[in-house]
Amino acid sequence: MSTSNGVNISKGIDWTMVLLYAILVSIGILCIFMVEYRSGTSWVTSFLTGKTNYSKQLLFAGICGLIAIFILLSDSKLYTAFANLLYAFGILLMLLTFVIGKNINGSRSWIPLAGGFNLQPAELCKIFAALALAKFISRQDIDFSKPKSQIIAAVIALSPAALSILQNETGLALVYASFFIVMFREGLPPWILIVGFSFGALVVATLVVEPNLLAIILTAIAGLTIYVMRRMIKRNKNLLVFILLIWAVCVGVQRFAVPYIFNNVFQCYQSQRIYSMVGKDYDCSKNRSAKNERAADKAVKKPDDYNVRQSKIAIGSGGIVGRGFLKGTQTRGKYVPEQHTDFIFTSLGEAFGFIGCFVFLGIYLLMLFRIITIAERQRSTFSRVYAYSVASIMFFHITVNVCMTIGLFPIIGIPLPLISYGGSSLLTFTILIFILIRLDADRQMVLR
Amino acid sequence: MYNQSRSRIVQIIFVLVFMVILGQLLHLQIFSGKYRLQAENNAVYRKIVYPDRGIIYDRKHKAILENTIMYDLIITPSEIKGTDTTSLCQILNIDTAEFRKRVRDIIFKNSYVKPSVFEPLLSPELLARLNENMYKFPGFSLNERPVRTYPFNVAADVLGYTGEVDTGFLRRHREEGYEMGDYAGMTGMERSYEKALMGVRGVKRYIRDNRSRIQGPYENGAYDTSAMAGKNLYTSIDVELQQLGEKLMNNKVGSIVAIDPRTGGVLCMVSAPTYNPNYLTGNQRRKHFSELFTDPRLPLLNRTVGTQYSPGSTFKTVVGIVGLTEGVINEREMISCSGAFYGCGNGKPKCLDRGTFDFTNAIAVSDNTYFATVYKRIIDQQRYGSADSSLKVFNNYAYTFGLGHKLGIDLPSEKKGNIPISSYYAKIFGSRWVSCNIISNSIGQGEVQTTLAQLANVMAIIANKGWYYTPHLVDSIEGGDEFHLLDSFRVKHYTASHITEKTFDEVQNGMQAVMEFGTGAAAKVPGVVVCGKTGTVQNALNGVKQKDHAFFGAFAPRDNPRIAIAVMCENAGFGASSAAPIASLMIEKYLKDSIAGKERQDKAEAVAKMNLIPERMRRAMDSISNLNRRRDSLKLIKDAQKEMSDTVEVEDRAEQEQRTPTDSAAKPARQQQAPVKKQPQPAGKKAVLQSPATLPPDEQQRKNSRKTKP
Repeated sequence: MSTSNGVNISKGIDWTMVLLYAILVSIGILCIFMVEYRSGTSWVTSFLTGKTNYSKQLLFAGICGLIAIFILLSDSKLYTAFANLLYAFGILLMLLTFVIGKNINGSRSWIPLAGGFNLQPAELCKIFAALALAKFISRQDIDFSKPKSQIIAAVIALSPAALSILQNETGLALVYASFFIVMFREGLPPWILIVGFSFGALVVATLVVEPNLLAIILTAIAGLTIYVMRRMIKRNKNLLVFILLIWAVCVGVQRFAVPYIFNNVFQCYQSQRIYSMVGKDYDCSKNRSAKNERAADKAVKKPDDYNVRQSKIAIGSGGIVGRGFLKGTQTRGKYVPEQHTDFIFTSLGEAFGFIGCFVFLGIYLLMLFRIITIAERQRSTFSRVYAYSVASIMFFHITVNVCMTIGLFPIIGIPLPLISYGGSSLLTFTILIFILIRLDADRQMVLR
Repeated sequence: MYNQSRSRIVQIIFVLVFMVILGQLLHLQIFSGKYRLQAENNAVYRKIVYPDRGIIYDRKHKAILENTIMYDLIITPSEIKGTDTTSLCQILNIDTAEFRKRVRDIIFKNSYVKPSVFEPLLSPELLARLNENMYKFPGFSLNERPVRTYPFNVAADVLGYTGEVDTGFLRRHREEGYEMGDYAGMTGMERSYEKALMGVRGVKRYIRDNRSRIQGPYENGAYDTSAMAGKNLYTSIDVELQQLGEKLMNNKVGSIVAIDPRTGGVLCMVSAPTYNPNYLTGNQRRKHFSELFTDPRLPLLNRTVGTQYSPGSTFKTVVGIVGLTEGVINEREMISCSGAFYGCGNGKPKCLDRGTFDFTNAIAVSDNTYFATVYKRIIDQQRYGSADSSLKVFNNYAYTFGLGHKLGIDLPSEKKGNIPISSYYAKIFGSRWVSCNIISNSIGQGEVQTTLAQLANVMAIIANKGWYYTPHLVDSIEGGDEFHLLDSFRVKHYTASHITEKTFDEVQNGMQAVMEFGTGAAAKVPGVVVCGKTGTVQNALNGVKQKDHAFFGAFAPRDNPRIAIAVMCENAGFGASSAAPIASLMIEKYLKDSIAGKERQDKAEAVAKMNLIPERMRRAMDSISNLNRRRDSLKLIKDAQKEMSDTVEVEDRAEQEQRTPTDSAAKPARQQQAPVKKQPQPAGKKAVLQSPATLPPDEQQRKNSRKTKP
């Protein structure tokens, strides 16, 4: 083992993954180029001067390539050994932001580095959390079917999320929810997912359906359930109490919890974004933070769904085959805000249409399936859990980002993996993927 | 490896979510077409390039309607910071309140950043004064705009004007690419030749960004079209003749139509009273338009084709031709008049000259009895069986003379005149009506009506001895008649074929006699053999008998006719006194290029000075000008009142200011109180407001300082 390790690092490396990675990064740079391109200006000179985002992204890609090689050269045992330590380091960094954090776009989640670069610890923490979770579940004394270990795993996964929320980075916090997919794979009882899904459905229903009508519907469902299960209830009175309890919780959520959260917890613009997703208008005068601002005599700007509208127009105008490379008017006219970062998908949708999107999403799906295949062929639990973490994080990013651009999800700042402009994000996913490739290359070893 | 099945579930979740995404993409990209449209609306800016409208030339290729450049004052509200508003208002003669109101309106209508018209179509003086001072007005600019101009100030009714299209127009011309804000020909030739004159508009497409800044051409101009200038029209109008006609018709209500009988080309077309066509361009357009619109003389009505009159005795020429052709009379037959026509037993119509006349003399003295007899004989002809059929025969002759139907002249809103048909009489007199019921038609009274253009055309037909081209203004269109607008003017029309040349000779003899010793002696043209016919038409308005209309139709020279003319003056009395001399002067001017001799020139001046505006119109005009005067004085009073109240206000303010120094400390204190007021304490606020009046000064001071401390 030790002999081959030094001589041939390429042994056991999954080249399909590397290829998919390279393709996606290239598509990303191309997309950023489409966004930045201005007819009339010579792109060669602007590329060489390095002032443009696509040349910066290319630079980031180069750095990421070096780091990828570095990771491939490293020893996979390193990651199991340092998993917990790295996790602790990550949490520390996140706590550090509260002290020396820099405020960018309203969130105090950045640590300024030398040379004008900023680091977002929450991004790196995804890697550390994945490693720590893998480490915890792969421990021999852990039986993941026990609720206690499930709760500990959840705490490991969710503590960075809690810190992220405190940093006002709701989007990044949501990413940690993706660890539930991993835990589900490792034996989390399925009712948790079902309850989570039902809760989501209830919230959406609350937004869409008239409150009183929804209460009546819920009551009717409860009544029907009691009627259907009347025999079982006769045998076991607790069941009735249980059903009534669920009913009470549902109505409570619908009548009080959701309006309370929308009016008192969320900012006006957040509520508006969620409402506009279901095609409704939120009345900001009910919002507490808006009221506070008004009381403080600040002009409350009525948020609108400009971003989503323009984003949908861009994608929708692509049609079947798209408007062609560099021909999209939405992109050229800079109608979509933040198009090189969170809304990068729109440039692709506009230029290459449905077929382009289909192929692009196909590449992503291929990558996800490849990761799952890799996960399932691991002999060590650590590698498997880590692989699932990578798949889940990527899946969550892709889904939320794409859904946000096509109006299926409220706008939260989550980048498209490997495509969106930004060094932090690209670096995070590079590290995530290449650690996986390294672990997979050593799949014959049993890691703890 | 346990939980293997969960791996499947995870994979299924992945696929399902991707399917949902693809479903939404399908919906956005393929099934709803609106997004492509919205993207275009976002990004593609269509700029219309207006071509120059075609120029209209007269027969000697002088431009009588062309284009000029006028300037609009353009404002870009976002850039007007630093403009010297006071001096701009001074130049434009508006007050600052008006200025602010306009800016507000413009921002509301056309956004803060886009340029809009602040003051359209500046007058030359205004332009000069603005041009000197433009450096003081950042955010303002002068933008040129092509405007129609009429270099000779004539032929307003014929040339017409352009106007902004309205929704009705857009609905009628849906496929022709007009848009709101476009100008199109509304009347006259501007309207009938709109297709040729408008040219082809060009469209340039630009890409614009999210702040409406132009980024460059769309698709490198692949979809751009270039503007093509409108086609120039060459008309048969003689602008000098037109000028003379308008001068002669000064202070008269009526019209002149002159036609070149050989081509049907209209030489001049005067509808009086007319107006200076340049009134309806420029920034006073709206004001002038309403003035013209309320003028009781109806200057906007083109009386040459848009009004129909009984033609009076001029119609006798047609009756005579039909009589000769039908053989109910021959040119040597003598009919005597003892003061009236007794063929119908009621002594109507009367005749002015007693005596016995043959055909030539009957025309020369316009003998009513003669033509009543002829007409009665035509209608009473046994061979057609009934009066119905005979009238039909007569009418068919009339139709070939271009009467009773629209001529098809190239002007909008032409009237068709009226040649009454038997069914009309059957309704009034019953089916067994007889010639005596309709005898007034014989002398061009009764139900017979023609437009003046039709009458001029009858003269042309007689001049040509039996044929005519449809009268028209435009001879040729530069670059070819692409829209086939002139085709109908190339067709030679003939009168009924069995009307012999001799018949026309007889009529011409009569018409020549009119000029030599008959009713038209006043209209002789020295050295030219003119054939003419007078007409004096009784008329009534709302049952009240009005002064007679004067008609005169003529052509000249007899051997080689080059001009056929019809003149009418409403309520001018006997035809020979006004209409005939006007026709004679017009003929001389056209045939000899000028009016020769002092006597004739004096005559022209005298005719031009003659005021024949009907009494009722004069009265209406007087009352309108009275009204305007009263309105003006009312406005003056109001202004004065306003001024007075303004000064009163100023005095009040001065008083207040005088009062304040006594408690000078209160003033700054009051200003500081502003934030305190915000708190919802209505009672406290009231008290604060009351305090200056109710408390002595030093008490106030204390109170205020106490208030401001927290």
